Amino acid sequence: MKKSVFLGTLAASALLAGYASAATLDDVKARGELFCGVNTALTGFAQPDASGNWQGFDVAICKAVAAAVLGDASKVKYVPTTTETRFTALASGEVDLLARNTTWTYSRDADLKFTFTGVNYYDGQGFMVRKDLGVSSAKELDGATVCIQTGTTTELNLADYFKANNMTYQPVPIQTNAEGEQQYLAGACDAYTTDASGLAATRAIFADPENHIILPEIISKEPLGPLVRHGDDQWADINRWVLNALVAAEEYGVTSANVEELSKGTQNPEINRLLGTEGDLGAMMGLDNEWAKRVIAANGNYGEIFAANIGEATPIGLARGLNAQWTQGGLLYAPPFR
Amino acid sequence: MTTMTDAPKPGFRLSMLIYDTRYRSMTIQIVVLFLFMAGAAWLVDNTIKNLATLGKDFSFAFLWNRAGYDINQVLVAYTNDSTHGRALLIGLLNTLLVSAMGCVAATVIGIFVGVLRLSKNWLVARIMTVYVEVFRNVPVLLWILIALAIFTDVTPQPRDFRATDEMIAAGEAPKASMLLFDSVAITNRGTYVPEPLFSRSLGNIDIGIFLISIDLLAFLAAVIGGFLAYRAIGTHATKVQEATGVRPKTLWKSLLVTIVPPVAVLWALGFHLGYPELKGFNFTGGINISNALMALWLGLTLYTAAFIAEIVRAGIMAISKGQTEAAYALGLRPRRTMSLVILPQALRVIIPPLISQFLNLTKNSSLAIAVSYMDLRGTLGGITLNQTGKELECILLMMLIYLAISLMISAGMNVYNNAVRLKER
Amino acid sequence: MSNSQANSAVYVRDAMLPAEHPPAMETGIIKWLRENLFSGPLNTILTLVGLVAIYSVLSGILPWLFRSVWVANSLGECRSIITATFGEGATGACWAVIRERWTQFIFGFYPSHLYWRPVLAFLLLLAALAPVLFTHLPRKSLWFSILYPALGFWLLWGGTIWIPVVAMAGFALGWLALRVLQPIGGTILATIAAVVVPILWWLLLAGPVAQQLQAILPIGIEAVRSDKFGGFVLAFTIGITGIAFSLPMGIILALGRRSDMLLVKALCVGFIEFIRGVPLITLLFTASLLLNYFLPPGTNFDIILRVIIMVTLFSAAYIAEVIRGGLAALPRGQYEAADALGLDYWKAQRLIIMPQALKISIPGIVSSFIGLFKDTTLVIFVGLLDPLKGITDAVRASIEWKGIYWEPYIFVGGIFFLICFSMSRYSMYLERKLQREHR
Repeated sequence: MKKSVFLGTLAASALLAGYASAATLDDVKARGELFCGVNTALTGFAQPDASGNWQGFDVAICKAVAAAVLGDASKVKYVPTTTETRFTALASGEVDLLARNTTWTYSRDADLKFTFTGVNYYDGQGFMVRKDLGVSSAKELDGATVCIQTGTTTELNLADYFKANNMTYQPVPIQTNAEGEQQYLAGACDAYTTDASGLAATRAIFADPENHIILPEIISKEPLGPLVRHGDDQWADINRWVLNALVAAEEYGVTSANVEELSKGTQNPEINRLLGTEGDLGAMMGLDNEWAKRVIAANGNYGEIFAANIGEATPIGLARGLNAQWTQGGLLYAPPFR
Repeated sequence: MTTMTDAPKPGFRLSMLIYDTRYRSMTIQIVVLFLFMAGAAWLVDNTIKNLATLGKDFSFAFLWNRAGYDINQVLVAYTNDSTHGRALLIGLLNTLLVSAMGCVAATVIGIFVGVLRLSKNWLVARIMTVYVEVFRNVPVLLWILIALAIFTDVTPQPRDFRATDEMIAAGEAPKASMLLFDSVAITNRGTYVPEPLFSRSLGNIDIGIFLISIDLLAFLAAVIGGFLAYRAIGTHATKVQEATGVRPKTLWKSLLVTIVPPVAVLWALGFHLGYPELKGFNFTGGINISNALMALWLGLTLYTAAFIAEIVRAGIMAISKGQTEAAYALGLRPRRTMSLVILPQALRVIIPPLISQFLNLTKNSSLAIAVSYMDLRGTLGGITLNQTGKELECILLMMLIYLAISLMISAGMNVYNNAVRLKER
Repeated sequence: MSNSQANSAVYVRDAMLPAEHPPAMETGIIKWLRENLFSGPLNTILTLVGLVAIYSVLSGILPWLFRSVWVANSLGECRSIITATFGEGATGACWAVIRERWTQFIFGFYPSHLYWRPVLAFLLLLAALAPVLFTHLPRKSLWFSILYPALGFWLLWGGTIWIPVVAMAGFALGWLALRVLQPIGGTILATIAAVVVPILWWLLLAGPVAQQLQAILPIGIEAVRSDKFGGFVLAFTIGITGIAFSLPMGIILALGRRSDMLLVKALCVGFIEFIRGVPLITLLFTASLLLNYFLPPGTNFDIILRVIIMVTLFSAAYIAEVIRGGLAALPRGQYEAADALGLDYWKAQRLIIMPQALKISIPGIVSSFIGLFKDTTLVIFVGLLDPLKGITDAVRASIEWKGIYWEPYIFVGGIFFLICFSMSRYSMYLERKLQREHR
């Protein structure tokens, strides 16, 4: 009898169980909800506010996909993941989409069997040091103590960089960005290294940002993007084109403010195709034709999302840099909607 | 010859498998075995299917690949060119290091607190009670986090130790200074302690996995030799005492044989201490104990010591006062009463739960994750797992290693328990 | 002789004098001080060291506590208020973070209009525990304790009422099978049926039946999913479910370990030693990283449930060892007496052995429970937001509260202390009570 208590738990769990099948889109539609893996807490990219609503640059991707697929940006279940659990959560079907500032690398794509659906933030690893350390280049950091987040690509980059420049360093491993700030501010390390966006975000909210500088060297390429499981091309396409739609919308000047008006029809056939007033693009992916309109209406275009979460008007204050449109000298280049 | 006839055998019926107590346990065992095998087969089958779906294989070959990451606290040589297997070894040694340090410190503090809690001094007994209750009833994770916060926020930075030219001119002292005759520096980057150096070193032996210092071996040999000689002198003295009734004075001889050989070896090897010095960004020289290790050590020690204090208190209180009085009646002096009567009995009560606390401490050392100390979980179950994506292999291997450590400690406890068990006749 | 002596006496006292006051050193507070604090050189030194220790701790903490700020919108504001009030360089506690975010520490992301549900579940839990903990309450109320798991589940997760109802119906069916079959097929067949029938019910019928009932009679409250759980609601959910399930499992394991059946014993020993030999963190990683390897492809169930299962297994192994100790402490005569009375194994266990063994093991069981409750903080390492590190880190990720450490730790640590301390006091109360009964 007692044993059956335990089996009862298992059976009850079966009631709650969800089944991930090959067609993620059908699952998500049937469930009426998108499971989206995000960071446990990273300022500007994913963090819950006082009332428990998730916000941030990565969270906006989740919302956009939910808007496209389900027609409601709020129908997202956010699954906080750590650096250790993120890939398993995706591989096991616990999440449909991982939007957790994850670097697109060869082995993650080919060996871990994931599909990166694009890049939502072009980043690179940099160093932040105190001004009074008197260092103006990363090449002068020989012998320094460096705070570094574990379980990411940054520690490999750091090892490679110091090796290539024939320098030594003392790593201080840390678990989360919050710990990194604590250690760095207390002076437990001379330099703090992570993605330059993170450094800028961190520095911006110091009490004395003017006393810290970000060194000019960017020692790696860190294309951060959302990823899905291998083997479901339809779902990968949806995610890829949601991201592209956000970028294209900015390029064509479609914003959350004017999307309603523009969707009545414009002179620009590309905008018409994007917003579904011309052609039949949505059906090709198994969605309706207005998906992109909902995506933009939910969060705004890429530029609006950037400005609202991490842009120069926010306390984080990141410049667009590489993440500007290709027309502005950046790398954002959405393929044509045709 | 008479032939014995068996009692008439009732025919075997199927229901006897359940109702006959002779067969019932066999039936149950076979059913259990069947269920167990089926369950195991189900798990293995699922695993194989899942691995195939994910396109992964089950192999430990990744342990021989280049690790590519650096570790700040290492006991044996390691660079980012070493293999994942070697990173595992570093992690394992780090786990053992913090566990051993924690066990020693927690025992010392625990005994101290446990004895003081029984003290007649009202104030001290109360302080110790508060300490024990507060530390026992709050998650150890909190103590580790607090210890880390103390080490990063409260201790001085290395540059605070520097006396700049202006400060010397102004006659000011640096903000922080080293302890113990300028030999130990506690900074928020770690604690720097002097390291033993040998100017006429004998070099190292490479035993394949890591190097062993011959100097250390020579020193240990001298200490052990001295100890053996000391024992021999003691045995000889007892013999003489039994033969003649007079115990020869051995104090000077004993001191001589225990102290002279190690000192001679140290002198011959040119032993000196390498003091930490502030150079460039950091202190150099000496041994650097990282703050993660210090915080983990402190947190685990204070937490476990609270439990050990209770064990020690219970152990002492378990020995009835009659034992002391009986020993006095036999004419034993208080010191010998303690060492011959009370302690052997109290230890029998204290040691088993004490060892299970050691076991807990070793397992709790996996909370290194909270302070990013590179223990077994940090290397094998952390970075290696992340870089290679071999969750199944990494976690299983990690569990196996922890299990082996625990079983070894338990085996040691069983040996001790058998040795001190009340010999009942 | 005596006469002459009496006569020669100059003065004879014929009335008793009133007793003198004891000397000042031997009375009142001075005596107490002398005996308890300054009875010898060693004690005096200890007292002084103790006083210095208390002073150094309090002098660090008290000023910081006195300079508390309760109303502010960010850490920066807190600091400027403290600077404005107490002057440059003063540090003080900023409790405004607790004031603003305390709901998150307690309830996680549970919808705020439904806060009454976890609160009610907690209060009902106390009501359900009362008859278990305090034996002088009416035994009838135990029925409520038996029904509580379903009720608590329903209150916390919400949704249709029929899932917990059909789940509990499984137990009722098992009991029914036992009762119906016992006269017909004998005890053993009935016992087997009592185990198999509920399992079949849960695996095959419970789901459809619940759906049907819901379709016919839709009763339900707003569903709250596991991802909304966090803070102390999460810690309590994991802790209490773990405690409730690990006790029966621990008893089974302890009996298995003392069983005469070699195979059963070997399996139980293997399980217990394995679980006790690895850190909880590796089991949690197993729950989050490996379980989907071990289950059929595509199965994927709630992470909280996975964690609860692992925590239950972990705690059950420890409780099994505690109960084994209790069983070993029973004199052999008790077993022999039970055999002599002709009781079968289960009756002997139920009526003779277990009541005594459990009584002996109570302190150990309670301290296992305390350990389990403290260990719920480790779930942060698989991405669940526990109150100690999970919620604290989430709060710290917001721009307003970046860099705040001590206040959340003190708040959460204080709550943990209150709960664990009262549990350990309860176990001491029980110990004393049981000792008295033995006398």
